[in-house]
Amino acid sequence: MAKIKKEKKLNRLYKAKEKVGGGITMLSIETSCDETAAAVTVNGRQVLSNAIYSQIDLHTIYGGVVPEIASRAHIEKINQIVQKALDDAGKTLDDMDAVAVTYGPGLVGALLVGVAFAKAVAFAKNIPLVGVHHIKGHVCANYIEYPELEPPFLCLVASGGHTHLVKAVSYTDYEIIGRTRDDAAGEAYDKIARAIGLGYPGGPKVEKAAHNGDPHAFEFPRAKIAENPYDFSFSGVKSAVLNTINSYKMKGIEIDEKFQADIAASFQQDVVDTMKERVLMALDEFGMDKFAMAGGVASNQTLRAALKEAVEGAGASFYCPSPILCTDNAAMIGAAGYYEFINGKRAGLDLNAVPGLKLE
Amino acid sequence: MSIRILGIETSGPLASVALLKDGEVQGMKVGEFKVTHSETLMPMIDELVKETGMKLESLDAIAVSAGPGSFTGLRIGSATAKGLGMALNKPLIHIPTLHGMAYNLLGHSGFIVPMIDARRGTVYTGIFTFVLRADNTIDFEVFQDTCVMSIEELMERLELLTSLDGNPPPVVFLGDGLFEYHEKIDQLATFDYQYAPDEAMIQRADTVALLGQLFFYHGMTVPADQEAPDYLQKSQAERVKEEKEQK
Repeated sequence: MAKIKKEKKLNRLYKAKEKVGGGITMLSIETSCDETAAAVTVNGRQVLSNAIYSQIDLHTIYGGVVPEIASRAHIEKINQIVQKALDDAGKTLDDMDAVAVTYGPGLVGALLVGVAFAKAVAFAKNIPLVGVHHIKGHVCANYIEYPELEPPFLCLVASGGHTHLVKAVSYTDYEIIGRTRDDAAGEAYDKIARAIGLGYPGGPKVEKAAHNGDPHAFEFPRAKIAENPYDFSFSGVKSAVLNTINSYKMKGIEIDEKFQADIAASFQQDVVDTMKERVLMALDEFGMDKFAMAGGVASNQTLRAALKEAVEGAGASFYCPSPILCTDNAAMIGAAGYYEFINGKRAGLDLNAVPGLKLE
Repeated sequence: MSIRILGIETSGPLASVALLKDGEVQGMKVGEFKVTHSETLMPMIDELVKETGMKLESLDAIAVSAGPGSFTGLRIGSATAKGLGMALNKPLIHIPTLHGMAYNLLGHSGFIVPMIDARRGTVYTGIFTFVLRADNTIDFEVFQDTCVMSIEELMERLELLTSLDGNPPPVVFLGDGLFEYHEKIDQLATFDYQYAPDEAMIQRADTVALLGQLFFYHGMTVPADQEAPDYLQKSQAERVKEEKEQK
């Protein structure tokens, strides 16, 4: 009881600080996959720094993220990245009002580095700690890019690990409308890239190859999920692509650049179509007039352009953060963390990493 | 001037933390089985600080058990120490886990052999002893530093070492590697040996802190941003890749 009272009092103090223009300065940390990231934000939307160390070079030779290698790289870089975020912002840890950290979903060993580090810093500096859901972070990247954006809105979060169509009901509450039944969108891109010999990471490589291809050279199946028309499935299109490649190989036809480009373009057209269909259906059914994209796959310019055209054609506003805010980063965790923070959410010193953390 | 060290030990199944002031243990907290180090470590440090009344800012350094051991466990301890070190602006002390374990038996004159299961029939182990000098000081001697070895190879090495001395004191084994290999030891030993008493059997944060103090006297500290665990093993993916390349 005493603790609750104390927290309420603290919340009032923070709100008062905000009113006099002080703002909540927050250190945020993100280590859920293969990016070691830290940022300093003020009131969630103002980014003073956004430091990212990408480990992609360590994982490329394995054709995907190796969890143990990712965890080892995080521990080696975490202090330097946090220091860089502070230096870039012109701040020290003593200027921080709170610490926010991603605690799930993600790779457990990778998450644990950020969580343990953030807890130690919050404890040593005697400042509050907020645990942040990684996907909420992606959605909140839009608040940084668009100062005027307010919930509710519809959001498609697509990355190497996630594909969710969600309703951002408020700054902290989300409803899942649809999700992938199998591979994440980014994962499907990686698999297609490997199958046609483009290598890792697949997203940018497939997109580049697709520029010179015919998106209707092959007609791959558009997945439909009977139980929930908003759910995604990428295993069907993936099998269809692999079958096409195999039948060409069996006929002794060489896999040349033209073939690669046509496969890439046709696959991408499939992804664009299935996403477009669900987004338009959801805007209509739920009466939403705002649509936002988020996650690494939102960096795909073809997908962005197609969804922008479709969404605006349906009379809704379109939002999509810059690529640096689409990829895994800590500024987005600062944005989501800020709204959790002013909503009174606090993590204890026993905060654990939750690899399968739920969104709702 | 008094020296204050926080010791952190998360390499094994039981996490612990201890506060040391001028060589005296002010307090120690030990976690529980089946609860992750991630959940227990920081609350234990919090309790320890509250109970001893020692201010974090008054610490001289943070000693952390640096491996080998559970990869995830080591990283939880390391990330915590690195966060505390950065926020408090204190140096860290990198303690080889097996040296810390040997210090559980400080003063024992025979060979001390800690072992941690390294899977695939091997253990992380080393061979250490304490030597009492004429001036009453005690030296820590390393016959075999931390390595990965099969239990058979370790027993052969010990057989040779003990045979060099006419009447050697018993070899003392310790560590949770014994749960897996004590029968093998009973079967292969040709020399006098014993198992460590229960309280000295596994990794302890108070000996990590004690050894930390010794390192601190000798200026053996590391900046928080340079600390990382010694895993002694590559990741599975790297091993598989290397094996393929050798073929």
